[in-house]
Amino acid sequence: MKPKISLLLILLALLLAACRPSTGLEPRVLTVMTHDSFAASEEVIQTFKTEYNVEVQFLEAGDTGTSLNKAILSKKNPLADVFYGVDNSFLSRALDEDIFEPYDSPLLADIPENFQLDPQNRALPVDYGDVCLNYEIAYFENNNLPPPISLEDLLMPDYKDLLVVENPAISSPGLAFLLTTIGHFGEDGYLDFWKGLVENNVLVVNDWETAYYTEFSQWGGTRPLVVSYGSSPPFEVIFAEEPIEEPPTAAVTGDDTCFRQIEFVGILKGTPNRDLAEKWVDFMLSTTFQEDIPLNMYVFPVNTHAKLNETFLKYLAIPEKPVTLDPAAIAANREAWIQAWTEMVLR
Amino acid sequence: MSNPLKSILLWVAPLAFLVAFYFYPLGSILHLSFARSDTGTLTPFLEAITSSRVQRVLGFTIWQAILSTFLTLLVGLPGAYLLARYDFRGKSLLRALTGIPFVLPTLVVAAGFNALLGPRDWVNVVLMSLFDLTEPPIHFINTLTAILVAHIFYNTTIVLRLVADFWSHLNPRLGQAAQVLGAGSWKVLRHVTLPLLMPAITAAALLVFIFDFTSFGVILVLGGPRFATLEVEIYYQTISLFNLPLAAVLSVLQLGCTLALTVVYTRLASRLSRPLPLRSQRYTQKRLLTWRSRLLATVTVGFLLALLTTPLIALAARSFINLGPARTRGDTGLITLPQGFTLTFYRELAFHSRESIFYAPPTTAISISLGYAAVTIILALALGTPAAWALARDSQSPLNRALDPFLMLPLGTSAVTLGLGFIVALAHPPLDLRASPLLVPIAHTLVAFPFVVRSLTPALRSIQPRLRQAAAVLGATPRQVLRYVDLPLVGRALFVAATFAFTISIGEFGATALISRPEYPTVPVAIYRFLSRPGALNYGQALALSTILMGVTLVGMLVIERFRLADVGEF
Repeated sequence: MKPKISLLLILLALLLAACRPSTGLEPRVLTVMTHDSFAASEEVIQTFKTEYNVEVQFLEAGDTGTSLNKAILSKKNPLADVFYGVDNSFLSRALDEDIFEPYDSPLLADIPENFQLDPQNRALPVDYGDVCLNYEIAYFENNNLPPPISLEDLLMPDYKDLLVVENPAISSPGLAFLLTTIGHFGEDGYLDFWKGLVENNVLVVNDWETAYYTEFSQWGGTRPLVVSYGSSPPFEVIFAEEPIEEPPTAAVTGDDTCFRQIEFVGILKGTPNRDLAEKWVDFMLSTTFQEDIPLNMYVFPVNTHAKLNETFLKYLAIPEKPVTLDPAAIAANREAWIQAWTEMVLR
Repeated sequence: MSNPLKSILLWVAPLAFLVAFYFYPLGSILHLSFARSDTGTLTPFLEAITSSRVQRVLGFTIWQAILSTFLTLLVGLPGAYLLARYDFRGKSLLRALTGIPFVLPTLVVAAGFNALLGPRDWVNVVLMSLFDLTEPPIHFINTLTAILVAHIFYNTTIVLRLVADFWSHLNPRLGQAAQVLGAGSWKVLRHVTLPLLMPAITAAALLVFIFDFTSFGVILVLGGPRFATLEVEIYYQTISLFNLPLAAVLSVLQLGCTLALTVVYTRLASRLSRPLPLRSQRYTQKRLLTWRSRLLATVTVGFLLALLTTPLIALAARSFINLGPARTRGDTGLITLPQGFTLTFYRELAFHSRESIFYAPPTTAISISLGYAAVTIILALALGTPAAWALARDSQSPLNRALDPFLMLPLGTSAVTLGLGFIVALAHPPLDLRASPLLVPIAHTLVAFPFVVRSLTPALRSIQPRLRQAAAVLGATPRQVLRYVDLPLVGRALFVAATFAFTISIGEFGATALISRPEYPTVPVAIYRFLSRPGALNYGQALALSTILMGVTLVGMLVIERFRLADVGEF
């Protein structure tokens, strides 16, 4: 009896899954695959749906690396029409695996050249964010210590025991900070800098959550310097428990102290909905979507016509000269850099 | 005596499920991974096995798993004894409370331990003020101790449930007889009770070991960057480096270890288990009347609660306390003063403040989690019962001996590998489930299935064939034998199995995060969304939602206890 019941259940489940409506007068469906940090306002997405009479289905597929891997592994039979969320540290992997179709969106005209890393426009820039050192303002005020303004400052005895960073092998901001040091000190010099950080008792944890909420002195910990995002301080105001006037934390945005992460969208090769996919890409680059980005995803629009929220403008410090590295160089050296870093810092 | 055809029939559904949703996806991803290797299939194997890094990782993985399993048994067995042999008030509550850790996502458990042992939290603050210290004396995270404690914290419930259930039906007469014959209580334990308990203890140890062996979140979040298990290394090779051939080798290595261990276990188990004269709990359990038993109960319960519930209480407490910004900074360093009671985080949870497209109110997330859990319980019991039945009917048949070890494999499989396997394999109708919400309960069932089989088999094996034969001789139809002999005997085990399926499904995060649809977030997924963003409100809401998850789990487990099938007709 039991096996029959379970067989029935399975058949039923399969049947339910197979019986998705495919034809008829229903709106067409556009499938957008993203990483799990994707978010947008309901009304903004609604404007797209109404304009083109289309249903948008989102597939979230884990963190940036995981979702990209899923897109690559399903390229013969794509899961979606559009993929959003690959960043410059993973861009080469996506381009080498050839998962995108080129699309010269007219809106690229509104986006500064330096964001457009793929000359063939297979991956189009959508947003950017900077990984920067954050510090707890009160700590430095109370101890009459100036906050650091350069990476070199971190080696001074005054800053001993103060810094917590993330593991570049596992964490995206951790990797970004390692890349900052490589960009600034060069491949020959970054390990010496890290040697100095180890002597200054840097603390390494695996993930941003632990660094920020457990070890950072603004929250549970004792370390007033943490590798986080340039956008974190305004969010401390927007998501404060009680309304506050000034953020309790600030970002270090001196030249060569931050790493710029740029996120891209692309049309997946072989989509049967190329026309809709193009419309979606245009939509993501339009001011409607671009202005909605910061409060949902904590990153900033690349479209120069997009206006930023007031709180942001007030508390946000955008670095003038962040570190950028060629995505191809990141892809080629990622393993060796992380390996060398691990030997130096963790052993 | 037993009909081989019937065994085969019993296997049909469980095997069909495993083939479709486990072996086929796993085979596909491994095949694809090795196909990406420029140097053939064999070279990555040789490279991996000779690499000192892989050897180090493998060594650590095995070592920490052995240590964790040993410690978990050490903590769990006295508790199992208490639950098995004594009847006392609050027993259901104790069982439910000790089960909560099993459900919680690692990030929440880490938050719980940190709320207790963090650099500026209760324990450290008390120690600092007591001994006039300038630095927090305890640094919990990024230590081996944190890994071991977290593993004990998670898995003690497995020992408590599996062993206590079996023990509670063991006839105390055997031990009493030995005592009459002059054996001391230590001797009775060593030579009578432990040997009889071995089937349940080894089953529990195997499950605990496999969980520790494939540990990911605990190692990552609490162990920190200096520790890596195979599972962590697979994640790193797959996601960060996209070195799929090496990741596949590591997955195969992990599976091989699981399989080898399970083969040893099944050989051992068939030798260890024997039909036993089982007894009703009413007959085996005593009340806490003597001072010695009371002392034992107080110490055991106190220890278990201290270990398994204080981090939970600290976490729940923090969700009701202002997190900032008023803080004093004395000369001695950093001291957080609790700022008083607040419901801000719960209010914020209920209030849809930002019209985000994937916003799901906590009630929705809870309903989604409960829905997935219900489907998982049904699927896992429907598939696990026939498999356990087939195994118990005739453990010596070649078919069963061959199949048994494979049932445990899903537990020993890397979630990253299998998650990608789903994407590669389930891509064609009628199995195109890649974007289906059904994928979540299916993945949960894969994890719950071995638990169901392991909880049911010892109970089913221990039914004496004579009982069934007697019933049949007395004219009972096979259905009646099932209803009036087998069901009452295995009823409790069924309930244990259902509880496992429920808790596994409610708390699963790793696989769910890979395959869930954003508009149907489970509670752990919703918690993670809050936790990955800066700001007091986000952190506070993550804590509040975790507290709600604990509450839902507690209620869920107490409800299952109420519906205990065994009480229908325990003999």
